[in-house]
Amino acid sequence: MNAVAPGFAEPVLAAQATFRTVMEAMARPGTIRRLAGVDAPAPLSPAAAAIALTLLDYETPFWLDAPLAASGEVARFISFHTGARVTADPADAAFAFVAAPAAAPPFTSFAQGSAEYPDRSTTLVLQVADLADGDGMVLRGPGIAGTRQLAASPLPANFLEQLADNRAQFPRGIDILLAASDAVAGMPRSLHVAGG
Amino acid sequence: MYVAVKGGERAIDNAHRLLEQKRRGDPAVPELTLEQISEQLALACDRVMAEGSLYDRELAALAVKQARGDLVEAIFLVRAYRTTLPRFGASEPIDTGAMEIRRRISAAFKDLPGGQVLGPTFDYTHRLLDTTLGESPSPRLRGEGRERSERGEGDSPHSRAPGDPPSPGAFGADLSAQAGRGESSAMPRVTDILGNDGLIEPCPPGEADAPVGDLTRAPLTFPAARDLRLQNLARGDEGFLLALGYSTQRGYGRTHPFAGEIRLGEVEVEFMAEEVGFAVPLGAITVTECQMINQFHGSSTEPPQFTRGYGLAFGHCERKVMAMALVDRALRADDLGEERKGPAQNEEFVLSHSDNVQATGFVEHLKLPHYVDFQSELVLIRRMRAEIAAAGETQREAAE
Amino acid sequence: MNAPAYNFAYLDEQTKRMIRRAILKAIAIPGYQVPFASREMPMPYGWGTGGVQVTASILGPDDVLKVIDQGSDDTTNAVSIRKFFAKTAGVRTTTRTGEASIIQTRHRIPETPLTEDQILVFQVPIPEPLRFLEPRETETRRMHALADYGLMHVKLYEDIARHGHIATTYAYPVKVDGRYVMDPSPTPKFDNPKMDDFAALQLFGAGREKRIYAIPPHTNVVSLDFEDHPFEPSRTPKSCALCGADDTYLDEVVTDDKGGRLFVCSDSDYCEERRGAEQAK
Repeated sequence: MNAVAPGFAEPVLAAQATFRTVMEAMARPGTIRRLAGVDAPAPLSPAAAAIALTLLDYETPFWLDAPLAASGEVARFISFHTGARVTADPADAAFAFVAAPAAAPPFTSFAQGSAEYPDRSTTLVLQVADLADGDGMVLRGPGIAGTRQLAASPLPANFLEQLADNRAQFPRGIDILLAASDAVAGMPRSLHVAGG
Repeated sequence: MYVAVKGGERAIDNAHRLLEQKRRGDPAVPELTLEQISEQLALACDRVMAEGSLYDRELAALAVKQARGDLVEAIFLVRAYRTTLPRFGASEPIDTGAMEIRRRISAAFKDLPGGQVLGPTFDYTHRLLDTTLGESPSPRLRGEGRERSERGEGDSPHSRAPGDPPSPGAFGADLSAQAGRGESSAMPRVTDILGNDGLIEPCPPGEADAPVGDLTRAPLTFPAARDLRLQNLARGDEGFLLALGYSTQRGYGRTHPFAGEIRLGEVEVEFMAEEVGFAVPLGAITVTECQMINQFHGSSTEPPQFTRGYGLAFGHCERKVMAMALVDRALRADDLGEERKGPAQNEEFVLSHSDNVQATGFVEHLKLPHYVDFQSELVLIRRMRAEIAAAGETQREAAE
Repeated sequence: MNAPAYNFAYLDEQTKRMIRRAILKAIAIPGYQVPFASREMPMPYGWGTGGVQVTASILGPDDVLKVIDQGSDDTTNAVSIRKFFAKTAGVRTTTRTGEASIIQTRHRIPETPLTEDQILVFQVPIPEPLRFLEPRETETRRMHALADYGLMHVKLYEDIARHGHIATTYAYPVKVDGRYVMDPSPTPKFDNPKMDDFAALQLFGAGREKRIYAIPPHTNVVSLDFEDHPFEPSRTPKSCALCGADDTYLDEVVTDDKGGRLFVCSDSDYCEERRGAEQAK
């Protein structure tokens, strides 16, 4: 067995910096935030790895899509550094990582939270190749003065329809982080999204 | 000209210096040592350990000293330290059936295997101030305090000497080496004796691998499971539980309790170490346990059984665990199909207000400046009074 | 006895992670109170433990922290909390609203408008706006789930019937993004309009009650009212005795026992800046 990749060099400060970036991303949906990633076994992206190391621990089961689950290395990396356990059931996941968004399972297969406790839902980390402000989706909602544009690819099938369904059941629903190799953008459930 | 109030920082520093002086008191009087507090104010330390939910006599003694004997403040100090400690996991369940008994009484049976063991108790002392304790040096240790004392008729065949504590983590010599100890196998719990005949509801079966709820790691939600309720009560304020338990006796959610058994002594704590694959003993702790036997239950299909109320806490704290057992039983109203009538049966009410660290913080926060809010109220009340005065004026004018 | 060693900003990393996750969910569900496993802090419950835990979880070494209580940096509890972070995190502190990246507050929103780059952290005693109408958490949670806020409107309307006014002057309830009714913490209702379309992120921490909630920047925040009794922010209709401002929230200072009063800005930094600018002229 190979040694597990080292994770954050300075865990306390790196976790703080990563969290602040993710928090800003969630608070201002659609803005693209630079994120210092961390080396991780492929195909887990450096930004997604930094998010995992920042937010996961033994209280947060995580789910991996097929490409991430394939070798077992990614699960081993995340579990080693965070103490979180991998789950095969997306509805059980506090966090889900997806390396191949186009083949992502429907959002409804993840934990949606309840009407009383809508916070008990999955945060979905979608690894995307491209992330840019500009032609693509038009976002509005809390965190946005007016509207904001965001382009990302690749994205899950029927992404806009799924987002609309997700918004329709507010306050229940999943939250999404789009993670490029060195940047992140947030798409909380409160967002209204239209095609660009 | 008016100058805005300043100097909060200096005021705080000065206040803290004054506090330190007051804490020490007259420097001509010798300073208390932690050993003195731990040995001679042992019950204060026990309460701080129980409600601070940290078993460490030395830290409890330190907290009592630092808090100038204010136990709620001492509990707060211990809690604030406890919260920073790393967690390694949950211990194996302790077995109070295997307790090294120092005190064990049952109000339900005259005699029973193991006998009634009075142990170190205030019960049956005449509450007459003992002026000899005011002499310095205080009177020598008198033999009778250490001798066996039987309850009631006395010479029961099962009567035995109370074992003295093995003093886990305590200071000073163990004076009790000569006192008989052991025989714990001959001390079955009263509830187990009743249970063998099916007369009392069974204890919920312990599942070794079941997750252990912990309200210090996850916020309490309602309805709360019994493990969390008991944890809440074990950390809860003794005075609050005492008043609630008392209220059930006076009819606010009556449960017809009998003190099935109260036992005090030492139990082993073990931790399952995954690496070695077996439970490793961590040491012994002193606990007090109370099992209340309550009003029976049954139906046309189920034969009647007594029900249980349970109390357990660190150290020697009988009043606390008895009250806890009463409140635990009262809180089981829903489970047992009883109508909730008293405050002690109201889960949200009890569990939300039992914690004295929370309660003292919020009550005392009224000391903090609130003048922004108060000003808001002043503006409104002045305006409303002015409106009423103006309306009166208009009426008078109209009448003239 | 070993002296305990504490982590950066006091809280251990596991606790920070738990709080950070709660903050992210709070931001995603504006106005919804996320339960979190509030820790016992080395200061009393009710004295800002919720705000302190939120601040400790977001704070980094490059932040500049400002702490106010009743609008002022020099009130005792503000001093105490500022010292706590200066000691445990070694961060730079300031009394200047414009210089701070994080402002922790009790009972006020600064008069100086905040910017996109700032975060406002509120200390909250009772986060549940429905609590005084319905003490049972199980019930209030159901009401939020169903967005059933009839009880709140009935209460406000009863006020009008009895007093001719809505008798709530602070902790005046707001509706966030058209969904959750939220307690803005015991800020005077004078501050309520500032919360709407606010440029900075607003985070709320209630330690004893174990809740975190948030309002993202530029979120629609409306104070509850009625068509025939519209919400009106209120202040003492006077000017500040120090800087002359006639549009700020004022503290009342009793100057003698014969009815002597004067009024000064509650926001001490704002007042000082105005006086500084005046002198510079």
